[in-house]
Amino acid sequence: MNTYQLSHLEALEAESMHIIREVAAEFERPVMLFSGGKDSVVMLRLAEKAFWPCPLPFPVMHVDTGHNFAEVIEFRDRRVAELGARLVVASVQDAIDSGLVREETGPRASRNRLQTTALLAAIEDHGFDAAFGGARRDEEKARAKERVYSFRDEFGQWDPKNQRPELWSLFNGRHRKGEHIRVFPISNWTELDIWQYVAEEGIDLPSIYFAHDREVFERDGMLLAVSQFVTVMDHEEVITKRVRYRTVGDASCTGAVESGASSVDDVIAEVASTRITERGATRADDRTSEAAMEDRKREGYF
Amino acid sequence: MELLRFATAGSVDDGKSTLIGRLLYDSKAIFEDQLASVERASVQMGAEYTNLALLTDGLRAEREQGITIDVAYRYFATPKRKFIIADTPGHIQYTRNMVTGASLADLALVLVDARNGILEQSRRHAFLASLLRIPHMVVCVNKMDLVDYDEARFDEIKAEFRDFATKLEIPDLSFIPLSALHGDNVVERSHNMAWYEGSSLLHHLEEVHIASDRNLIDARFPVQYVLRPFSNEWHDYRGYAGTVVGGVLKPGDEVVALPSGFTSTIKTIDTPRGAVAEAYAPMSVSVTLNDDIDISRGDMICRPHNRPTTGQDIDAMVCWMTEQSSLVPRTKLALKHTTRTARCLVKDLQYRLDVNTLHRDERADALALNEIGRVSLRTTVPLFYDEYRRNRLTGSFILIDEGTNNTVGAGMVLGPSQ
Repeated sequence: MNTYQLSHLEALEAESMHIIREVAAEFERPVMLFSGGKDSVVMLRLAEKAFWPCPLPFPVMHVDTGHNFAEVIEFRDRRVAELGARLVVASVQDAIDSGLVREETGPRASRNRLQTTALLAAIEDHGFDAAFGGARRDEEKARAKERVYSFRDEFGQWDPKNQRPELWSLFNGRHRKGEHIRVFPISNWTELDIWQYVAEEGIDLPSIYFAHDREVFERDGMLLAVSQFVTVMDHEEVITKRVRYRTVGDASCTGAVESGASSVDDVIAEVASTRITERGATRADDRTSEAAMEDRKREGYF
Repeated sequence: MELLRFATAGSVDDGKSTLIGRLLYDSKAIFEDQLASVERASVQMGAEYTNLALLTDGLRAEREQGITIDVAYRYFATPKRKFIIADTPGHIQYTRNMVTGASLADLALVLVDARNGILEQSRRHAFLASLLRIPHMVVCVNKMDLVDYDEARFDEIKAEFRDFATKLEIPDLSFIPLSALHGDNVVERSHNMAWYEGSSLLHHLEEVHIASDRNLIDARFPVQYVLRPFSNEWHDYRGYAGTVVGGVLKPGDEVVALPSGFTSTIKTIDTPRGAVAEAYAPMSVSVTLNDDIDISRGDMICRPHNRPTTGQDIDAMVCWMTEQSSLVPRTKLALKHTTRTARCLVKDLQYRLDVNTLHRDERADALALNEIGRVSLRTTVPLFYDEYRRNRLTGSFILIDEGTNNTVGAGMVLGPSQ
């Protein structure tokens, strides 16, 4: 007998597809941010479903810090090719080369903050009026406050104290030329929902999400991978560990976690029992201060 | 596993944050690093105990002032259900943010301090929850530890609240005596209140029957987007994509498209998980028909013998949400309803409702920020609507100021203007 009751994943999926279709219907030039990270992979899958059997009615954009995990870039290109989507790359390296931004120096230098400039420049250059992001409200306390449609002024700024009321499934995407809307279709998904959906749908992810051996060193309580993008300091000891990534970001500030989880089911079991949030475990960029995320978001960060 | 959305309203004083903190903590949805961060922040602010409000009050301004300004969404799950909490501010100054968080809720938690009884704030929260037609309400009589877990006090508050609630429409009303601080009746039944025979709050949240809340009778499918692949493989595919907001749709059903009035039958219903035999709210689907008829975004697909009201003159309760202007007769605004966008003219403000006393002021000539009143509107194009009490999604609309582009009003349809 049909009980006319959706599972939580079906309800979340329906909500996300509704949001994605609204944007495609009401905006002239939307773009979907795609990093190859699990959240954006799921978001892209939802977009694919929302328009089936049509191709995606918007391009995808990667804000490329130049500090990438090779596995992730390979995955990004493969997925974009499968979908026949158009890929726009907003390059932080180009922004540095052209003098738009100046790179931080020193062993702890990160390009995290520079992404904002590259992202806003690309939005302006391409005339994008809506940018889908894969942020989730359970990730971080400032994100827990953000609307699904997040208005950005002509400087790309978010004003958390003055957000538009957002009721029912009625979204207000109105903006003037030069302003844009960030849209977060998977706002209500949790890390565990994402993994359960990956399992249910058999979604392919970059291999770094699963346990592998990697040369790492410890910094600020996180395991950072040895790569050409980071400088290992004298007191830091390089060791090979069995690790996986819970989030994928700039290779210079994304930490790995020790894990033996080699399949999606293993990861679900791990996520369900973990006592540390994914960003707390793996993101140096959030540790600057209590309001590091809010401050960056105000400037136009994802 | 089902999804249950619930809204809480209140300030730190009511113990709202402690209650949410307790629910999250006991269901293991608070992580060690979050707790460590809250402890650090509490010490830094000179608090004598860990302030769990800092878990949900995530904005710098909220932490500085020790208040909740805007809705925060929190998530937790038990083996039975996944929960989305819209944690909303209780102060009248932030009514619009409370309404934002409560608009889609299945259930509202209203907090009452057992020592103080039912204050203006609790009455207002209950009224707003009933105005928004949240189907289930739980009155949490908190701080029972401070009244010696006294049954008589609980009964007194219950009676007083029930008396007030007769003036409201609350389909399902429950009362739970609890102490958020000590955990009495939050997750486990309390040993301190043996006289209480009901369930703990968490048990109630897990068990409350929400399946009957949706409207499975009136088929309503606002067309959101038309899918035309223009590919060889899908040459003739023309799918009408959207979210089912009422009733059940099945292949073979005779349907009518509004406003054209053309009829056809449903050929297929495609979903993200393949073709299905039935579609119901809130599924996102793509419907194909057996005839090529002209249908575009903003149109409504329904059954020929069960149609929404079509009209341009509508009465609605409106909550005004901006301090930059007031709603007065002759105001022109943009309006969004289902997938339809129109403009409207405010023809009349019939009365303004005092949200604390429910008194109707018929001499009011404007609605200011956070004020609610009954309004008559004329729209530029016909809307296909139901009464809000019959369907929250075909009976709701938002109003947008065309100068500032801000969302300035939320409307709940009462019916056609007299």
